[in-house]
Amino acid sequence: MSSSTVVTPAVEPRSATAPRGSTRPVRPRRTRGAAAWGVAPFALYIALFLALPTGIALATGFVDEEGAFTLDTIAALGDPFVLSGFGTSIALSAFTAVVGALLGALVSYAIVAARPEGMLRSVIDAASGVLAQFGGVMLAFAFIATIGIQGGVTVLLRDLAGIDIFADGVWLYESPGLILPYVYFQVPLMIIVFLPALESLKPQWAEASATLGGTTATFWWRIGIPVLWPSFLGSLLLLFANAFSSYATAAALTSQGQSIVPLQIRAALTSETLLGRENLAGALALGMIVVMVVVMTLYALLQRRADRWRR
Amino acid sequence: MSAGAGIPAPSALARRSILTIVGVLFAIPIVAMVEFTLRRGLEGGYDLSRWITVLTGDLGPAYRPLGQAIGNSLALAAVTVLVVLVLLVPTMVLVQLRLPQLRRALEFVCLLPISIPAIVLVVGLAPVYSVVARLFGSGVWTLAFAYGIIVLPFAYRAVQSNLDALDVATLTEAARSLGASWPVTIVRVLLPNLRRGLLAAAFISIAVVLGEFTIASLLNRQNLQTALVVVSKDDPYIAVVLALLALLLAFVLLLVIGRVGRGRTRKES
Repeated sequence: MSSSTVVTPAVEPRSATAPRGSTRPVRPRRTRGAAAWGVAPFALYIALFLALPTGIALATGFVDEEGAFTLDTIAALGDPFVLSGFGTSIALSAFTAVVGALLGALVSYAIVAARPEGMLRSVIDAASGVLAQFGGVMLAFAFIATIGIQGGVTVLLRDLAGIDIFADGVWLYESPGLILPYVYFQVPLMIIVFLPALESLKPQWAEASATLGGTTATFWWRIGIPVLWPSFLGSLLLLFANAFSSYATAAALTSQGQSIVPLQIRAALTSETLLGRENLAGALALGMIVVMVVVMTLYALLQRRADRWRR
Repeated sequence: MSAGAGIPAPSALARRSILTIVGVLFAIPIVAMVEFTLRRGLEGGYDLSRWITVLTGDLGPAYRPLGQAIGNSLALAAVTVLVVLVLLVPTMVLVQLRLPQLRRALEFVCLLPISIPAIVLVVGLAPVYSVVARLFGSGVWTLAFAYGIIVLPFAYRAVQSNLDALDVATLTEAARSLGASWPVTIVRVLLPNLRRGLLAAAFISIAVVLGEFTIASLLNRQNLQTALVVVSKDDPYIAVVLALLALLLAFVLLLVIGRVGRGRTRKES
């Protein structure tokens, strides 16, 4: 939005900005102005479908049913039920992010030496892309088929090893049941975001280290890990954000119960009576945004550190 | 752009063990899904009947909404790709060429949807869509406006990494000084060079749209994922067969496009 308002409006439409032979230095102001109009459609789109909905989502947290300003809904964020939702969401996201990051980094390390155009890399790239994006409903099916009450692994363990994984009750449809499915989409995402960082390690650094008498261990300990550390933490934060905002898997797996924040938002959106406050969805959305802002700010800071080594 | 060839790599044994263990762990749920679809009701044993039913399209009228939903998802994928190609890509090229001072801002805006959970977006999209429905009708394709936003970070990354690898300024100046008009420069010089990025952006957008559940479900529209949930309540076996087919389709598409993209880069560089 702001982009199109900074520049002086030009009379000419964008297609006529640069007639044959006109070069930038000759009429910089005019062509700039006209070029800036070219970003207007995109800016308008962003305003309508990103800025406006986000604004509305946040604003509904501050108004009551009659549309008057209120802080009551925000105060409802202090409700023990809501707080436990945030607690569960944060714990689940943090735990699966750490497990996913470690496993994903390990796989990235294992394939970094594979030929980039080789079949192994192609298969892992494609599988990571599919599994990281295609989570949601299908993932819920996969885990019901695996460790559901009649799931393949459940039955195998019961019949062959005599282990009943649900001896203490069926946990798959509650928050502990989300851990395995979440790890399942976290690992591929880690491979996607961390592999490029691993590949940006320059072979010259390894050569330099070797020339100076360093071993492989020296390289990783003194160069590899220190250089990759910010990228690793950044990827970890991205994984946290990914799990924190995930909704579909949980929604498809648990039909009732609101253990995590996205499910509480669903409850607030679809049933007005349950929590007694329609606008609680807005307040919960605000709470999620606050958590995300903290996470993404940290991510941006780490990314800036990591970029130092990418040039 | 290094391939990592010179970085001390793990030994072949370590590499193989890591990949095998993680590979097996990740294969278990998929295998379990396959096993699940082959089960024969109460009498036990296995057969292929459900796969035959699905693959011969012999699902019966009860599943007509599913066909509709698949159609919806494909239409949504197409419109979303169109949104990316018509709104995002020209803006990115323009910013790269003429408005470099806006680059940071564009990047910020495009990556922003990562930090706004879809469920939060839905809270605000509901009122926006009541207006959209009045303007364009409540056709399912209108959801593509929202999907265009959620694919933005992925599409941006794909196109921008391609743009960064090109010397757009030199390419354009060369084309312009050889007498090419702006449209010719864009169509015959820039687009062919951006093919890889555009293809990647289009594909990742399709993958995201086909897997999208949150927005469609909460705005009460039918797409592949919401229909799968409905079918699973009726016949979980058929739902899992369809889920497996969708996974396979996405995997093959991604593999093919990954290979095509790579083949091109190697020849070009």
